[in-house]
Amino acid sequence: MNALTVTDLTATYGPVRALDGVSFEVAPGCVTAVLGANGAGKTTLLRTLSGLVRPIAGTAHLGGTDLLRTPAEEMTRTGLAHVPEGRGVIAELTVRENLRLGALGAPRGRRGRFDLPRIYELFPVLGERRDQVAHTLSGGERQMLVIGRALLAEPEILLLDEPSLGLAPRVVAQIFALVRDLVDTDGLTVLLAEQNARSALSIADRGLVLGLGRVVADEPAADLADDVRLRDAYLGN
Amino acid sequence: MQQLLTTTLSGITLGFVYAAFALALVMIWRSTRIVNFAQAPMAMLTTYVALTVIDAGYSYWIGFAAALVAGFVLGAAVEWLVVRRVDSTVEINPVILTLGLFIVFHSVAALVFGSQFRSFPAPFGVRGFEVGDTTIALTGFGVFTILAVLAVLGLLLLLFRFTDVGLRMRASAFNAEVSRLLGVRVGRMLSLGWALAALVGSLSGLLIAGGGLVHPSYMDPVVVYGFVAAVLGGLDSPMGAVAGGLLLGLCLSFVSGYLGSELVAMAALLVLVAVLLVRPGGLFASTVQRRV
Amino acid sequence: MSSLLASARQSVLARHLTAGLVAAVVGILVLSLVSEFRATQLAAMAYLGIAAAGLTLLTGLNGQLSLGHGAFMAIGAYTAALCLQDAEPLAPLPVILLAATAVAVLVGLVVGIAAARLHGPYLAGATLALAVAVPGLAIFWDGTLGGEQGLTVRVPDVPAWFADAVFFLTATDPTRGRYTAYVAWLVLVAVFVLLANLSRSRVGRTWRAVRDDEVAAELAGINLARSRVLAFVVSAACAGLAGALMALVVRIAAPSGFTLTLSLTLVAAIVLGGLGSLVGALAGAALLTFLPQLVTQFGGDLGLDDVRSAELAPLVYGVVMVLVILLAPTGLVGSLRTWRHRRAARSAQPPDPERTSTTHHNTTERARA
Repeated sequence: MNALTVTDLTATYGPVRALDGVSFEVAPGCVTAVLGANGAGKTTLLRTLSGLVRPIAGTAHLGGTDLLRTPAEEMTRTGLAHVPEGRGVIAELTVRENLRLGALGAPRGRRGRFDLPRIYELFPVLGERRDQVAHTLSGGERQMLVIGRALLAEPEILLLDEPSLGLAPRVVAQIFALVRDLVDTDGLTVLLAEQNARSALSIADRGLVLGLGRVVADEPAADLADDVRLRDAYLGN
Repeated sequence: MQQLLTTTLSGITLGFVYAAFALALVMIWRSTRIVNFAQAPMAMLTTYVALTVIDAGYSYWIGFAAALVAGFVLGAAVEWLVVRRVDSTVEINPVILTLGLFIVFHSVAALVFGSQFRSFPAPFGVRGFEVGDTTIALTGFGVFTILAVLAVLGLLLLLFRFTDVGLRMRASAFNAEVSRLLGVRVGRMLSLGWALAALVGSLSGLLIAGGGLVHPSYMDPVVVYGFVAAVLGGLDSPMGAVAGGLLLGLCLSFVSGYLGSELVAMAALLVLVAVLLVRPGGLFASTVQRRV
Repeated sequence: MSSLLASARQSVLARHLTAGLVAAVVGILVLSLVSEFRATQLAAMAYLGIAAAGLTLLTGLNGQLSLGHGAFMAIGAYTAALCLQDAEPLAPLPVILLAATAVAVLVGLVVGIAAARLHGPYLAGATLALAVAVPGLAIFWDGTLGGEQGLTVRVPDVPAWFADAVFFLTATDPTRGRYTAYVAWLVLVAVFVLLANLSRSRVGRTWRAVRDDEVAAELAGINLARSRVLAFVVSAACAGLAGALMALVVRIAAPSGFTLTLSLTLVAAIVLGGLGSLVGALAGAALLTFLPQLVTQFGGDLGLDDVRSAELAPLVYGVVMVLVILLAPTGLVGSLRTWRHRRAARSAQPPDPERTSTTHHNTTERARA
């Protein structure tokens, strides 16, 4: 059974179609990269799936649950965690408080794959800075914080929106490697929206390329790296 | 010397009441970025509720509790029914909304309870304590006032710092969208925020009324003083609200005692203008920039 | 091109002047025909309209919300009252009105300079404090300003030329009461013509620019502070003038006439009429003048006593104010305009589904899906 099934998803901002008949499937336990230039619809796709944007047409199901009928604040209890564009650190709260918030969103009676000690183990720097106010963290540390926070909600699927933005390549590689590990060891499903196609494809199983709101390519990641459609989607053709 | 002591003590007592009102304003500002000018008539209404209960024969404390509960319910109702639906992208709209509510609550009170002046009881007495030959300006009720406000402050502190609900409320105030994504029911948290703020406002209404006269306009000047106190401490800072309230209470008490009670409002205005022009973030401005 | 603009501008001015002239004549005719009581009511509507007009420009065009214009009315009223204490007024009436306006302008300048740096709720709170503080001053200086009782005003005799003019138009002799109503109405017309021109002029456009986008306005070379202060001073002038007229019409200037309620009432008037609309301001003032009587009668029918019935009016316009700001933030006049525009330009547009919740009130949207 597929983890995520999306059919004909269409969302508009006024007269502009940010998403235009997007259909794809995400198999459980793997990383699907969503690629495309600025404005291609990557962020809108994630925001529509997590309930912040209401589409005008289409369906989206996570397992048996109709995502489009689920309000945003119920998403974590349904098993979907969305790390938004810009990271979404709550800057005025401490690291510990941010993490606690994540844990509060976990559905009841969930098996404890991810608990606080595990998060501190995965991201030691968070443990070091646990009582610091979040706005004192560096970009990379913040990214780790929001991933850790999302994991504490015990998600089935993790939506990551442009995690590499503003981060040094070394940090990006570190974080991506960690995400890949989680997928391999815990069977997590990840939908990764990225402008940085190369890094994303390096850990992805599958690649979905968007252009002007439409699906331009939907291929295994290995095949996509040299695909001309990918280049065109970024350079505009 | 006697007058200095009297003025200081009454300033402190008054300061605590303004602190409570200012805290109510700050709580609502932090969560919804609105200055609730209607907080004054809301507190006035709940005091009338207490008065009605007391008139019906129940003890002061039942009336006290009734007022606090009424405040809680009223605050939640106002947020849920009205505040939630205002278009806050236009800066002026929420202000006009609270002003409209101000007018509505005023007239409702006058219609339901009448406009005549009513006296309101004060537990623990309004006679100053006797120390030797002299009577100092601290009354039993004054002590109660200070303790009540401190108790409420303490409870709120515990709530916000150490409970999950408090954490959710703070998160909702700081970043509503991210909080939603984390599973926080932001709408409920905002209603709860307003409910608690209104409860604190009700407390200040009861404390001001104690030993004095109640009528539909009796809380009106307090919204000005409370606002000035809140701004003095920085609208984002609950601790600042308390400090601002105390400072302002003292300042106004001195103006009233030495210059004349008619000049108190003007003094408050001057304090406000001074703070806003010199240190707009308040005397205790927090350094964290809020994400708008 | 500039001659085109000049002639366009001239035609606007001409239109306004013509409208003003017609309104003046019609007003005087009407005032001469109605009862003395009604004339006083219309006079009240006139001076409230003047104050509301100034405030609606300040708030609607320039974006500054003042809750303290009752204070400026008080300043104008007391200035006029001081000049009208004796049987012989200190100066002819127009001079007294100008003096009252001037004093209000001076105070408005000081307040406006301080207010120019304040925004939104800070400005509202500061002007709220002003509204509460000024009546206190009148009580404090009870020697000159009469304390709680205030100052009574002696309406000056009707000047002969004025009486002749009125007789020429209406074949009646103006009583002292009607005289104040005529004066109020004429001043209203004059002020509205001035304000209408101001609104359409470069100054008005500058105010709108400052309201809509400060950064852009500043980049375009507009001096923000100067623009704001000017708007504030103009509105204070209107309020001061209105206060002076009020003193003339009700024949007293007392602290009880300038409560916080008055300032809030002015805000209610401009909200109901539509921020920025002069016509709306007058409509709001009319509503606030005539609604109480209607509503009080209704209250009497319900069995309420007089005092309580009087509270029904504020209840009504408070509720309407809340409803307006929730459902039709552009006010009644503005909504009417929008509705007419929309009917004219009906097209099939896809509904906008974006509910990014940067504001908290979108949280329940998806739940209703």
